[in-house]
Amino acid sequence: MRAVSVEEAVAMIPAGASIMVGGFMGVGTPERLLDEVVRQQKSRLSLISNDAAVPGKGVGKLFDATLVSRLTASHIGLNPKAQQQMLADQLAVDLVPQGTFVERIRAGGCGLGGVLTPTGVGTSVAEGKRQIEVNGTTFLLETALRAQFALVHAFLADYLGNLTYALTARNFNPVMAMAADTVIVTAEHIVPVGVIAPDHVMTPAPLVDYLITNR
Amino acid sequence: MDAQTIIARRVARELHTGDLVNLGIGIPTLVANYVPPELTVFFQSENGLIGTGPVPEQGMAHPLLTDAGGRPISALPGASTFDSAISFGLIRGGHVDVTVLGGLQVDAHGHLANWMIPGKMVPGMGGAMDLVSGAKRVIVAMQHAAKGKSKIVAKCTLPLTSTRPVSLVVTDMAVIAFPEGKATLLETAPSVSIAEVIAVTDAELVIPDTVPEMRI
Repeated sequence: MRAVSVEEAVAMIPAGASIMVGGFMGVGTPERLLDEVVRQQKSRLSLISNDAAVPGKGVGKLFDATLVSRLTASHIGLNPKAQQQMLADQLAVDLVPQGTFVERIRAGGCGLGGVLTPTGVGTSVAEGKRQIEVNGTTFLLETALRAQFALVHAFLADYLGNLTYALTARNFNPVMAMAADTVIVTAEHIVPVGVIAPDHVMTPAPLVDYLITNR
Repeated sequence: MDAQTIIARRVARELHTGDLVNLGIGIPTLVANYVPPELTVFFQSENGLIGTGPVPEQGMAHPLLTDAGGRPISALPGASTFDSAISFGLIRGGHVDVTVLGGLQVDAHGHLANWMIPGKMVPGMGGAMDLVSGAKRVIVAMQHAAKGKSKIVAKCTLPLTSTRPVSLVVTDMAVIAFPEGKATLLETAPSVSIAEVIAVTDAELVIPDTVPEMRI
């Protein structure tokens, strides 16, 4: 793990990159990283995020600045800007059931080719996908999902990069921290090694590439 | 009593001590208000919490503790938090005893459509497809009709949420289940007749010999 400024971290992300961003309706989202992505105008992003949040909050800021060209998410209903951009064909949206979304990312981080899920069988979600029968039950083959960058928000990060998350801000963060080539983390608090007990570490330090330093 | 209260009170009677319950947004959220205090029910919020509590008092909200809509909530003693993989493992894995969801249409076989209206409303399915696929019991809480049109239809015209039939539909007029794949009238709301229910229901209803009135 290397501690870097937010400017330096975002400068590593090229335009057109694939990024997965933690958070659920903007809760548990690395806001400082997103603010900097907007400031540096990283465009044509392929975004993997549970939802589109709301304008002005979380990944919603990326739609305010029209920086996203492709979105993989489970829900975009509370962001009218994302909806408008989708209807205007400025934004390609791949809607994925939320449980499938997280399992595809988990698979991507765990070296699996995909997962078999009953969710979506017989619905429009199944179109174009392989169906596999196991012991009499039909499952959809949902392929693994990875990104070039994961932008993760933790509650505590120690000097080595061990992470814990708080309350409902954990959501997709620890799963995404496994599933990207480069993992960049913001934390509410940076603390000395040992403050997070080994049993309480939720993301082990070797998974973290860059920790954003305090202002 | 208004329609939403009738529905929420009747659904609350389906919950039992020890149940792990997931409530969708809208009318389902109201169900928590009518759970008798002597019952210990665990409510899950799919963004990663079991043991959701009421909206915190003024000034006590925590920005990192919200419901699935991003609104501040509290956590009850004994609550637990977890990541989204665990949260949907609970849902898809059959660990959630009851889910209560809103609906756009339910058809004569119990199929639910509740996630999109093509060309009009494409919000995404969120967790609805996983909940209907995996929860032990799926209860739909919705108005019987919208703008004079029955929401209990012969066949769903909107995209399905799942091919798995729901367990129960509770509306402001009736309680309907689907034994042997057929919509069957189990109860009528207070001061609503069987004939009135049939008149506003698109789907063909099986009417048993006795149809008691809802207790709410």
